[in-house]
Amino acid sequence: MSKRNNFVAVLSAVVLLCCGALMLNQKVSAAGEGKISGTVKLDGAAPHMKGIDMSKDPYCSKAHASDPGHLETYVVGADGGMENVVLYISEGYTGPATTVTTEPVFDQKNCMYTPHVLALDVDQKFKVTTSDQTTHNIHPLPNPMTGNIPWNQSQPPGAAAVEKSWKAAEVIPVQCNIHPWMHGWFVVVKGPYATTDSKGAYAISGVPPGSYTLTAWQEAAGTQTQKVTVAAGGAGTANFTFKAK
Amino acid sequence: MQRNNLRKWLLSVGAAAVVALPMPSWAQLTKYDLETRMGMEAHAGNLTGHAKDAKADYRRYCVGCHGELGDGNGENFPWIDPKPRNFQLGVFKCRSTPTGTLPTDEDLFDSIARGFDRSNMPQWSTFTKQERLDLVAWVKHFSPRWTGEKPGTPITIPPEPEVTAERIKAGRDVFARVQCWKCHGVLGLGDGPSAATLTDDLGRPIAPFNFAEGARPKCGDSDRDIYRIFMTGLDGTPMPSFADNIKPDEAWDLVFYLRTLMSQHSKEKAMAKQLGLKPVDPNAPVGQP
Repeated sequence: MSKRNNFVAVLSAVVLLCCGALMLNQKVSAAGEGKISGTVKLDGAAPHMKGIDMSKDPYCSKAHASDPGHLETYVVGADGGMENVVLYISEGYTGPATTVTTEPVFDQKNCMYTPHVLALDVDQKFKVTTSDQTTHNIHPLPNPMTGNIPWNQSQPPGAAAVEKSWKAAEVIPVQCNIHPWMHGWFVVVKGPYATTDSKGAYAISGVPPGSYTLTAWQEAAGTQTQKVTVAAGGAGTANFTFKAK
Repeated sequence: MQRNNLRKWLLSVGAAAVVALPMPSWAQLTKYDLETRMGMEAHAGNLTGHAKDAKADYRRYCVGCHGELGDGNGENFPWIDPKPRNFQLGVFKCRSTPTGTLPTDEDLFDSIARGFDRSNMPQWSTFTKQERLDLVAWVKHFSPRWTGEKPGTPITIPPEPEVTAERIKAGRDVFARVQCWKCHGVLGLGDGPSAATLTDDLGRPIAPFNFAEGARPKCGDSDRDIYRIFMTGLDGTPMPSFADNIKPDEAWDLVFYLRTLMSQHSKEKAMAKQLGLKPVDPNAPVGQP
Protein backbone atom coordinates (compact mmCIF):
# COMPACT_ATOMS: atom_id res chain seq x y z
CA MET A 1 0.00 0.00 0.00
CA SER A 2 2.68 2.44 1.05
CA LYS A 3 4.65 1.45 -2.04
CA ARG A 4 1.75 2.45 -4.23
CA ASN A 5 1.39 5.73 -2.33
CA ASN A 6 5.06 6.43 -2.88
CA PHE A 7 4.65 5.75 -6.54
CA VAL A 8 1.67 8.12 -6.80
CA ALA A 9 3.61 10.81 -4.93
CA VAL A 10 6.61 10.49 -7.22
CA LEU A 11 4.37 10.46 -10.29
CA SER A 12 2.51 13.63 -9.27
CA ALA A 13 5.85 15.34 -8.45
CA VAL A 14 7.11 14.47 -11.92
CA VAL A 15 3.91 15.72 -13.57
CA LEU A 16 4.09 18.96 -11.54
CA LEU A 17 7.73 19.44 -12.48
CA CYS A 18 6.97 18.88 -16.13
CA CYS A 19 4.10 21.38 -16.04
CA GLY A 20 6.34 23.83 -14.27
CA ALA A 21 9.07 23.36 -16.82
CA LEU A 22 6.60 23.88 -19.65
CA MET A 23 5.24 27.08 -18.11
CA LEU A 24 8.72 28.33 -17.33
CA ASN A 25 9.77 27.64 -20.87
CA GLN A 26 6.92 29.74 -22.19
CA LYS A 27 7.79 32.57 -19.81
CA VAL A 28 11.40 32.51 -20.91
CA SER A 29 10.48 32.64 -24.58
CA ALA A 30 8.30 35.67 -23.93
CA ALA A 31 11.18 37.30 -22.02
CA GLY A 32 13.39 37.94 -25.03
CA GLU A 33 13.54 36.25 -28.37
CA GLY A 34 16.87 36.10 -30.08
CA LYS A 35 17.94 35.38 -33.60
CA ILE A 36 20.30 33.18 -35.56
CA SER A 37 22.11 34.59 -38.55
CA GLY A 38 25.00 33.80 -40.86
CA THR A 39 25.91 33.10 -44.44
CA VAL A 40 25.93 30.03 -46.66
CA LYS A 41 28.72 29.75 -49.21
CA LEU A 42 29.77 27.38 -51.93
CA ASP A 43 33.30 26.00 -51.82
CA GLY A 44 34.81 26.18 -55.30
CA ALA A 45 33.49 27.27 -58.65
CA ALA A 46 29.75 27.48 -59.22
CA PRO A 47 28.54 24.59 -61.42
CA HIS A 48 27.39 25.54 -64.90
CA MET A 49 23.62 25.88 -65.07
CA LYS A 50 22.18 24.62 -68.36
CA GLY A 51 20.04 26.95 -70.42
CA ILE A 52 16.35 26.13 -70.92
CA ASP A 53 14.80 25.71 -74.36
CA MET A 54 11.40 27.37 -74.03
CA SER A 55 10.58 27.31 -77.75
CA LYS A 56 7.67 24.97 -77.01
CA ASP A 57 5.73 27.98 -75.76
CA PRO A 58 6.33 31.21 -77.75
CA TYR A 59 5.09 33.32 -74.82
CA CYS A 60 7.82 31.90 -72.57
CA SER A 61 10.66 32.21 -75.09
CA LYS A 62 9.60 35.79 -75.87
CA ALA A 63 9.65 36.66 -72.16
CA HIS A 64 13.24 35.40 -72.03
CA ALA A 65 14.36 36.95 -75.34
CA SER A 66 16.98 39.18 -73.72
CA ASP A 67 17.68 37.07 -70.62
CA PRO A 68 17.69 33.35 -71.51
CA GLY A 69 16.31 31.14 -68.79
CA HIS A 70 18.57 28.61 -67.12
CA LEU A 71 18.26 25.98 -64.41
CA GLU A 72 18.35 27.22 -60.80
CA THR A 73 19.73 24.15 -59.05
CA TYR A 74 22.65 26.27 -57.81
CA VAL A 75 22.25 30.06 -57.61
CA VAL A 76 25.62 31.39 -56.52
CA GLY A 77 26.66 35.05 -56.13
CA ALA A 78 30.03 36.60 -57.02
CA ASP A 79 31.46 35.99 -53.52
CA GLY A 80 30.25 32.38 -53.40
CA GLY A 81 27.05 33.17 -51.46
CA MET A 82 24.37 30.55 -52.13
CA GLU A 83 20.80 31.67 -52.69
CA ASN A 84 17.70 29.53 -51.96
CA VAL A 85 19.18 27.64 -49.01
CA VAL A 86 16.59 27.01 -46.29
CA LEU A 87 17.71 27.17 -42.64
CA TYR A 88 15.54 25.80 -39.88
CA ILE A 89 15.79 24.46 -36.37
CA SER A 90 15.73 20.69 -36.59
CA GLU A 91 16.28 19.91 -32.89
CA GLY A 92 15.64 21.71 -29.63
CA TYR A 93 12.75 23.93 -30.62
CA THR A 94 9.78 23.56 -28.27
CA GLY A 95 7.82 26.71 -29.08
CA PRO A 96 4.49 26.79 -30.90
CA ALA A 97 4.31 24.67 -34.07
CA THR A 98 3.23 27.58 -36.21
CA THR A 99 5.10 30.81 -35.65
CA VAL A 100 4.73 32.81 -38.85
CA THR A 101 1.59 34.72 -39.74
CA THR A 102 2.70 36.34 -42.99
CA GLU A 103 1.36 34.85 -46.20
CA PRO A 104 4.19 34.34 -48.70
CA VAL A 105 3.55 34.33 -52.45
CA PHE A 106 4.77 31.74 -54.95
CA ASP A 107 4.50 33.42 -58.35
CA GLN A 108 4.64 31.99 -61.86
CA LYS A 109 6.48 34.64 -63.79
CA ASN A 110 8.05 34.40 -67.26
CA CYS A 111 7.48 30.63 -67.06
CA MET A 112 9.69 30.26 -63.97
CA TYR A 113 8.86 30.05 -60.26
CA THR A 114 9.56 33.13 -58.16
CA PRO A 115 10.95 32.29 -55.67
CA HIS A 116 12.45 29.02 -56.82
CA VAL A 117 12.36 27.77 -53.21
CA LEU A 118 9.59 28.75 -50.81
CA ALA A 119 10.14 27.88 -47.16
CA LEU A 120 6.98 27.49 -45.08
CA ASP A 121 5.94 26.67 -41.56
CA VAL A 122 3.56 23.76 -41.01
CA ASP A 123 -0.03 25.04 -41.51
CA GLN A 124 1.24 28.41 -42.76
CA LYS A 125 -0.98 29.74 -45.51
CA PHE A 126 0.61 30.74 -48.81
CA LYS A 127 -0.61 31.99 -52.17
CA VAL A 128 0.16 30.72 -55.64
CA THR A 129 -0.23 33.47 -58.24
CA THR A 130 0.42 33.81 -61.97
CA SER A 131 1.84 36.88 -63.74
CA ASP A 132 1.93 35.10 -67.10
CA GLN A 133 -0.21 35.28 -70.20
CA THR A 134 0.01 31.53 -70.69
CA THR A 135 -1.73 28.70 -68.85
CA HIS A 136 0.18 26.96 -66.06
CA ASN A 137 -0.81 24.06 -63.88
CA ILE A 138 0.53 24.16 -60.37
CA HIS A 139 1.21 20.59 -59.31
CA PRO A 140 3.04 19.92 -56.01
CA LEU A 141 4.15 16.32 -55.46
CA PRO A 142 4.26 15.55 -51.73
CA ASN A 143 4.44 11.99 -50.46
CA PRO A 144 0.80 11.29 -49.47
CA MET A 145 2.08 9.07 -46.62
CA THR A 146 3.27 12.16 -44.72
CA GLY A 147 -0.23 13.62 -44.49
CA ASN A 148 0.41 16.18 -47.23
CA ILE A 149 -1.94 15.49 -50.09
CA PRO A 150 -0.98 16.19 -53.73
CA TRP A 151 -3.26 18.46 -55.76
CA ASN A 152 -3.14 19.91 -59.25
CA GLN A 153 -4.82 23.15 -60.31
CA SER A 154 -4.80 25.09 -63.55
CA GLN A 155 -4.00 28.79 -63.67
CA PRO A 156 -4.85 30.32 -67.05
CA PRO A 157 -3.90 33.98 -67.71
CA GLY A 158 -5.54 36.29 -65.17
CA ALA A 159 -6.48 33.42 -62.83
CA ALA A 160 -7.13 34.27 -59.18
CA ALA A 161 -4.55 33.28 -56.55
CA VAL A 162 -4.78 29.79 -55.08
CA GLU A 163 -4.44 29.74 -51.27
CA LYS A 164 -3.08 26.60 -49.63
CA SER A 165 -1.11 25.25 -46.66
CA TRP A 166 0.69 22.01 -45.78
CA LYS A 167 -0.09 19.75 -42.81
CA ALA A 168 3.31 18.15 -42.26
CA ALA A 169 7.00 19.02 -42.48
CA GLU A 170 8.32 17.80 -45.84
CA VAL A 171 10.41 18.93 -48.80
CA ILE A 172 7.84 19.04 -51.60
CA PRO A 173 8.83 19.35 -55.27
CA VAL A 174 6.44 21.40 -57.40
CA GLN A 175 6.12 21.30 -61.16
CA CYS A 176 4.15 22.57 -64.13
CA ASN A 177 3.29 19.74 -66.53
CA ILE A 178 2.63 22.17 -69.39
CA HIS A 179 6.13 23.68 -69.05
CA PRO A 180 8.28 20.74 -67.95
CA TRP A 181 11.30 22.90 -67.14
CA MET A 182 9.36 24.67 -64.38
CA HIS A 183 10.52 23.08 -61.19
CA GLY A 184 10.48 24.52 -57.67
CA TRP A 185 10.27 23.54 -54.01
CA PHE A 186 8.03 24.02 -51.01
CA VAL A 187 10.23 23.38 -47.97
CA VAL A 188 7.82 22.86 -45.08
CA VAL A 189 9.44 22.94 -41.62
CA LYS A 190 8.28 23.16 -38.01
CA GLY A 191 9.06 26.46 -36.31
CA PRO A 192 11.20 29.46 -37.28
CA TYR A 193 13.09 29.39 -40.59
CA ALA A 194 14.87 31.62 -43.10
CA THR A 195 15.94 31.43 -46.73
CA THR A 196 19.26 32.82 -47.94
CA ASP A 197 19.32 35.90 -50.18
CA SER A 198 21.48 36.49 -53.27
CA LYS A 199 24.54 37.01 -51.04
CA GLY A 200 23.93 33.79 -49.13
CA ALA A 201 22.95 35.71 -45.99
CA TYR A 202 20.09 34.70 -43.71
CA ALA A 203 18.59 35.66 -40.36
CA ILE A 204 16.07 33.60 -38.39
CA SER A 205 14.23 35.82 -35.95
CA GLY A 206 11.85 34.92 -33.15
CA VAL A 207 14.10 32.22 -31.71
CA PRO A 208 13.56 31.60 -27.97
CA PRO A 209 16.79 31.29 -25.93
CA GLY A 210 18.21 27.78 -25.95
CA SER A 211 20.54 25.33 -27.60
CA TYR A 212 19.57 24.14 -31.02
CA THR A 213 20.57 22.06 -33.98
CA LEU A 214 20.31 24.19 -37.09
CA THR A 215 19.89 22.52 -40.47
CA ALA A 216 20.76 24.07 -43.82
CA TRP A 217 18.97 22.50 -46.82
CA GLN A 218 20.03 22.99 -50.41
CA GLU A 219 18.13 21.16 -53.17
CA ALA A 220 21.19 19.52 -54.76
CA ALA A 221 24.03 19.85 -52.24
CA GLY A 222 21.99 18.23 -49.47
CA THR A 223 21.82 19.16 -45.79
CA GLN A 224 24.29 20.21 -43.11
CA THR A 225 23.75 20.76 -39.40
CA GLN A 226 25.38 22.88 -36.71
CA LYS A 227 24.84 23.41 -32.99
CA VAL A 228 23.86 26.97 -32.09
CA THR A 229 23.17 28.56 -28.72
CA VAL A 230 20.98 31.62 -28.41
CA ALA A 231 20.98 33.66 -25.19
CA ALA A 232 17.90 35.59 -24.07
CA GLY A 233 17.54 38.49 -26.48
CA GLY A 234 20.86 37.53 -28.01
CA ALA A 235 22.07 36.35 -31.35
CA GLY A 236 23.63 33.09 -32.49
CA THR A 237 25.80 32.72 -35.55
CA ALA A 238 26.13 29.77 -37.89
CA ASN A 239 27.95 29.85 -41.22
CA PHE A 240 27.78 26.95 -43.65
CA THR A 241 29.96 25.92 -46.58
CA PHE A 242 28.67 23.48 -49.17
CA LYS A 243 30.49 21.61 -51.89
CA ALA A 244 28.75 21.30 -55.22
CA LYS A 245 27.63 17.75 -56.06
CA MET B 1 43.93 -6.03 -34.08
CA GLN B 2 41.69 -8.05 -36.40
CA ARG B 3 38.87 -7.85 -33.94
CA ASN B 4 39.32 -4.10 -33.57
CA ASN B 5 39.03 -3.66 -37.30
CA LEU B 6 35.91 -5.75 -37.33
CA ARG B 7 34.44 -3.63 -34.56
CA LYS B 8 35.22 -0.45 -36.47
CA TRP B 9 33.66 -1.88 -39.56
CA LEU B 10 30.54 -2.93 -37.67
CA LEU B 11 30.32 0.52 -36.10
CA SER B 12 30.55 2.29 -39.44
CA VAL B 13 27.94 -0.01 -40.96
CA GLY B 14 25.72 0.68 -37.96
CA ALA B 15 26.27 4.42 -38.32
CA ALA B 16 25.50 4.24 -42.03
CA ALA B 17 22.28 2.40 -41.25
CA VAL B 18 21.27 5.06 -38.72
CA VAL B 19 22.04 7.80 -41.22
CA ALA B 20 20.17 6.01 -43.97
CA LEU B 21 17.03 5.28 -41.94
CA PRO B 22 15.65 8.79 -41.47
CA MET B 23 15.97 9.53 -45.19
CA PRO B 24 12.58 10.23 -46.78
CA SER B 25 11.11 6.99 -48.00
CA TRP B 26 7.71 5.56 -48.80
CA ALA B 27 6.51 4.44 -45.38
CA GLN B 28 6.27 0.67 -45.58
CA LEU B 29 2.88 -0.76 -44.89
CA THR B 30 2.83 -4.19 -43.28
CA LYS B 31 0.24 -6.94 -43.08
CA TYR B 32 -0.09 -6.08 -39.42
CA ASP B 33 -1.18 -2.49 -40.23
CA LEU B 34 -3.75 -3.89 -42.61
CA GLU B 35 -5.13 -6.32 -40.01
CA THR B 36 -5.86 -3.39 -37.72
CA ARG B 37 -7.95 -1.75 -40.45
CA MET B 38 -10.05 -4.79 -41.28
CA GLY B 39 -13.11 -3.06 -39.82
CA MET B 40 -13.18 -0.54 -42.71
CA GLU B 41 -16.63 0.06 -44.18
CA ALA B 42 -18.00 1.60 -47.38
CA HIS B 43 -21.46 3.04 -47.93
CA ALA B 44 -23.56 3.47 -51.05
CA GLY B 45 -27.32 3.93 -50.98
CA ASN B 46 -28.57 1.70 -48.17
CA LEU B 47 -25.82 -0.88 -48.63
CA THR B 48 -22.78 -1.22 -46.36
CA GLY B 49 -19.58 -2.82 -47.58
CA HIS B 50 -17.21 -4.62 -45.20
CA ALA B 51 -13.51 -4.94 -45.95
CA LYS B 52 -13.19 -8.35 -44.29
CA ASP B 53 -15.83 -9.80 -46.66
CA ALA B 54 -13.79 -8.81 -49.74
CA LYS B 55 -10.61 -10.66 -48.77
CA ALA B 56 -11.32 -13.74 -50.92
CA ASP B 57 -12.49 -11.74 -53.96
CA TYR B 58 -9.45 -9.46 -53.80
CA ARG B 59 -7.07 -12.42 -53.58
CA ARG B 60 -8.75 -14.13 -56.49
CA TYR B 61 -9.39 -11.23 -58.89
CA CYS B 62 -7.32 -8.17 -57.96
CA VAL B 63 -4.09 -9.26 -56.30
CA GLY B 64 -2.35 -10.12 -59.58
CA CYS B 65 -2.10 -6.45 -60.51
CA HIS B 66 -2.72 -4.44 -57.34
CA GLY B 67 -0.59 -6.68 -55.10
CA GLU B 68 -1.13 -8.21 -51.70
CA LEU B 69 -0.37 -4.95 -49.91
CA GLY B 70 -2.36 -2.85 -52.39
CA ASP B 71 0.77 -1.06 -53.59
CA GLY B 72 0.08 -1.76 -57.27
CA ASN B 73 3.09 -4.03 -57.35
CA GLY B 74 1.40 -7.32 -58.21
CA GLU B 75 3.10 -9.93 -60.35
CA ASN B 76 1.66 -8.38 -63.54
CA PHE B 77 3.10 -4.94 -62.73
CA PRO B 78 6.08 -5.10 -65.13
CA TRP B 79 3.95 -6.07 -68.12
CA ILE B 80 1.09 -3.61 -68.06
CA ASP B 81 0.66 0.07 -68.85
CA PRO B 82 -0.96 2.16 -67.42
CA LYS B 83 0.39 0.76 -64.15
CA PRO B 84 -2.02 -0.60 -61.51
CA ARG B 85 -3.09 1.95 -58.91
CA ASN B 86 -1.16 2.07 -55.63
CA PHE B 87 -4.00 2.08 -53.09
CA GLN B 88 -1.65 2.90 -50.20
CA LEU B 89 -1.31 6.49 -51.43
CA GLY B 90 -5.05 7.14 -51.45
CA VAL B 91 -4.76 9.24 -54.62
CA PHE B 92 -7.40 8.55 -57.29
CA LYS B 93 -8.11 9.84 -60.80
CA CYS B 94 -11.87 9.43 -61.00
CA ARG B 95 -13.55 11.50 -58.30
CA SER B 96 -16.64 13.64 -57.88
CA THR B 97 -14.66 15.57 -55.23
CA PRO B 98 -12.21 18.50 -55.63
CA THR B 99 -8.51 17.97 -56.38
CA GLY B 100 -6.46 16.97 -53.33
CA THR B 101 -9.39 15.27 -51.57
CA LEU B 102 -10.44 11.64 -51.13
CA PRO B 103 -13.08 10.26 -53.50
CA THR B 104 -16.46 9.20 -52.16
CA ASP B 105 -17.31 5.51 -51.70
CA GLU B 106 -19.69 5.85 -54.69
CA ASP B 107 -16.80 7.11 -56.85
CA LEU B 108 -14.78 3.96 -56.14
CA PHE B 109 -17.90 1.80 -56.49
CA ASP B 110 -18.50 3.27 -59.97
CA SER B 111 -14.84 2.91 -60.97
CA ILE B 112 -14.85 -0.84 -60.22
CA ALA B 113 -17.99 -1.35 -62.33
CA ARG B 114 -16.86 0.94 -65.16
CA GLY B 115 -13.29 -0.28 -65.46
CA PHE B 116 -10.75 1.88 -67.23
CA ASP B 117 -10.83 2.06 -71.00
CA ARG B 118 -7.41 1.49 -72.64
CA SER B 119 -6.00 -0.13 -69.49
CA ASN B 120 -5.88 -3.64 -68.03
CA MET B 121 -8.68 -2.83 -65.58
CA PRO B 122 -11.83 -4.48 -66.96
CA GLN B 123 -15.43 -3.75 -66.09
CA TRP B 124 -16.22 -5.79 -63.00
CA SER B 125 -19.92 -5.96 -63.67
CA THR B 126 -19.85 -9.65 -62.70
CA PHE B 127 -19.77 -8.75 -59.01
CA THR B 128 -23.00 -8.13 -57.14
CA LYS B 129 -23.42 -4.63 -55.71
CA GLN B 130 -22.68 -5.99 -52.25
CA GLU B 131 -19.47 -7.67 -53.41
CA ARG B 132 -18.38 -4.50 -55.17
CA LEU B 133 -19.02 -2.36 -52.11
CA ASP B 134 -17.08 -4.84 -49.96
CA LEU B 135 -14.18 -4.39 -52.40
CA VAL B 136 -14.47 -0.59 -52.05
CA ALA B 137 -14.04 -1.02 -48.29
CA TRP B 138 -11.08 -3.31 -48.98
CA VAL B 139 -9.47 -0.74 -51.31
CA LYS B 140 -9.92 1.91 -48.59
CA HIS B 141 -8.28 -0.22 -45.90
CA PHE B 142 -4.92 0.03 -47.72
CA SER B 143 -4.51 3.78 -47.12
CA PRO B 144 -4.15 5.46 -43.72
CA ARG B 145 -5.85 8.51 -45.25
CA TRP B 146 -9.28 6.97 -44.70
CA THR B 147 -8.76 6.67 -40.95
CA GLY B 148 -7.91 10.35 -40.45
CA GLU B 149 -9.63 12.14 -43.32
CA LYS B 150 -13.10 12.52 -44.77
CA PRO B 151 -13.84 12.42 -48.51
CA GLY B 152 -14.21 15.81 -50.20
CA THR B 153 -17.63 17.34 -50.83
CA PRO B 154 -18.73 16.36 -54.36
CA ILE B 155 -18.77 19.28 -56.79
CA THR B 156 -22.18 20.64 -57.78
CA ILE B 157 -23.10 19.95 -61.39
CA PRO B 158 -26.02 22.08 -62.60
CA PRO B 159 -28.62 20.43 -64.87
CA GLU B 160 -27.43 20.03 -68.45
CA PRO B 161 -28.72 22.85 -70.66
CA GLU B 162 -29.95 22.51 -74.24
CA VAL B 163 -27.16 22.36 -76.84
CA THR B 164 -27.11 25.44 -79.07
CA ALA B 165 -24.71 26.73 -81.72
CA GLU B 166 -23.87 29.65 -79.39
CA ARG B 167 -22.95 27.27 -76.60
CA ILE B 168 -20.67 25.24 -78.86
CA LYS B 169 -18.93 28.44 -80.00
CA ALA B 170 -18.65 29.62 -76.39
CA GLY B 171 -17.16 26.24 -75.48
CA ARG B 172 -14.53 26.72 -78.17
CA ASP B 173 -13.65 30.06 -76.54
CA VAL B 174 -13.20 28.30 -73.17
CA PHE B 175 -11.01 25.66 -74.85
CA ALA B 176 -8.84 28.51 -76.21
CA ARG B 177 -8.83 30.61 -73.02
CA VAL B 178 -7.77 27.93 -70.54
CA GLN B 179 -5.50 26.45 -73.23
CA CYS B 180 -6.65 22.83 -73.20
CA TRP B 181 -4.75 22.55 -76.51
CA LYS B 182 -1.36 22.90 -74.73
CA CYS B 183 -1.60 19.15 -74.05
CA HIS B 184 -4.65 17.90 -75.99
CA GLY B 185 -3.85 19.73 -79.26
CA VAL B 186 -6.10 22.11 -81.20
CA LEU B 187 -7.97 19.16 -82.77
CA GLY B 188 -8.00 17.15 -79.54
CA LEU B 189 -5.61 14.56 -80.95
CA GLY B 190 -3.50 14.54 -77.78
CA ASP B 191 -0.63 16.14 -79.68
CA GLY B 192 -0.31 19.60 -78.09
CA PRO B 193 3.12 21.21 -77.64
CA SER B 194 3.41 19.88 -74.04
CA ALA B 195 2.08 16.38 -74.78
CA ALA B 196 5.41 14.63 -75.29
CA THR B 197 6.95 15.50 -71.93
CA LEU B 198 4.02 14.69 -69.62
CA THR B 199 4.66 12.41 -66.65
CA ASP B 200 2.42 11.15 -63.85
CA ASP B 201 3.05 11.78 -60.13
CA LEU B 202 5.49 8.86 -60.02
CA GLY B 203 7.48 10.20 -62.97
CA ARG B 204 6.19 7.71 -65.55
CA PRO B 205 5.37 8.97 -69.07
CA ILE B 206 1.66 9.52 -69.66
CA ALA B 207 -0.26 10.63 -72.76
CA PRO B 208 -3.04 13.22 -72.83
CA PHE B 209 -6.48 12.00 -73.92
CA ASN B 210 -6.95 11.76 -77.69
CA PHE B 211 -10.55 12.81 -78.30
CA ALA B 212 -10.57 11.73 -81.93
CA GLU B 213 -9.55 8.06 -81.72
CA GLY B 214 -12.95 6.84 -80.58
CA ALA B 215 -11.83 5.90 -77.06
CA ARG B 216 -13.96 6.44 -73.99
CA PRO B 217 -12.55 8.78 -71.34
CA LYS B 218 -11.22 6.74 -68.39
CA CYS B 219 -13.56 8.34 -65.87
CA GLY B 220 -16.75 7.83 -67.87
CA ASP B 221 -18.22 9.04 -71.14
CA SER B 222 -21.52 10.67 -70.19
CA ASP B 223 -21.77 14.46 -70.47
CA ARG B 224 -21.75 14.70 -66.68
CA ASP B 225 -18.63 12.51 -66.50
CA ILE B 226 -16.78 14.82 -68.92
CA TYR B 227 -17.92 17.87 -66.95
CA ARG B 228 -16.61 16.22 -63.77
CA ILE B 229 -13.26 15.26 -65.31
CA PHE B 230 -12.03 18.79 -66.00
CA MET B 231 -13.69 20.36 -62.96
CA THR B 232 -12.07 17.95 -60.46
CA GLY B 233 -8.86 17.09 -62.33
CA LEU B 234 -7.45 13.57 -62.47
CA ASP B 235 -5.23 13.41 -59.36
CA GLY B 236 -1.94 11.61 -59.83
CA THR B 237 -1.79 12.74 -63.48
CA PRO B 238 -0.87 16.05 -65.20
CA MET B 239 -4.60 16.83 -65.73
CA PRO B 240 -5.35 19.72 -63.35
CA SER B 241 -8.63 20.92 -61.90
CA PHE B 242 -10.20 23.87 -63.72
CA ALA B 243 -12.83 24.46 -61.01
CA ASP B 244 -11.43 27.89 -60.12
CA ASN B 245 -11.25 29.08 -63.71
CA ILE B 246 -14.30 27.74 -65.53
CA LYS B 247 -17.80 28.79 -64.35
CA PRO B 248 -20.46 26.05 -64.17
CA ASP B 249 -22.36 27.41 -67.18
CA GLU B 250 -19.15 27.72 -69.23
CA ALA B 251 -18.27 24.17 -68.22
CA TRP B 252 -21.34 22.86 -70.05
CA ASP B 253 -20.28 24.91 -73.12
CA LEU B 254 -16.89 23.21 -72.97
CA VAL B 255 -18.48 19.74 -72.68
CA PHE B 256 -20.46 20.48 -75.87
CA TYR B 257 -17.34 21.68 -77.69
CA LEU B 258 -15.35 18.59 -76.58
CA ARG B 259 -18.12 16.42 -78.11
CA THR B 260 -17.38 18.06 -81.48
CA LEU B 261 -13.76 16.84 -81.24
CA MET B 262 -14.79 13.24 -80.58
CA SER B 263 -15.07 10.82 -83.47
CA GLN B 264 -18.41 9.44 -82.27
CA HIS B 265 -21.51 10.89 -83.94
CA SER B 266 -23.27 13.46 -81.80
CA LYS B 267 -25.69 16.32 -82.07
CA GLU B 268 -22.82 18.67 -81.22
CA LYS B 269 -20.61 17.29 -83.99
CA ALA B 270 -23.34 17.78 -86.57
CA MET B 271 -23.98 21.34 -85.40
CA ALA B 272 -20.27 22.21 -85.49
CA LYS B 273 -20.05 20.88 -89.05
CA GLN B 274 -23.01 23.01 -90.07
CA LEU B 275 -21.41 26.03 -88.39
CA GLY B 276 -18.13 25.39 -90.19
CA LEU B 277 -16.42 25.70 -86.80
CA LYS B 278 -12.63 25.96 -87.13
CA PRO B 279 -10.13 24.73 -84.55
CA VAL B 280 -8.68 27.30 -82.12
CA ASP B 281 -5.60 29.23 -83.21
CA PRO B 282 -2.71 28.50 -80.82
CA ASN B 283 -0.94 31.69 -81.96
CA ALA B 284 -3.90 33.99 -81.25
CA PRO B 285 -3.15 36.66 -78.64
CA VAL B 286 -4.51 35.76 -75.21
CA GLY B 287 -8.18 36.66 -74.80
CA GLN B 288 -8.88 36.56 -78.56
CA PRO B 289 -9.57 32.97 -79.59
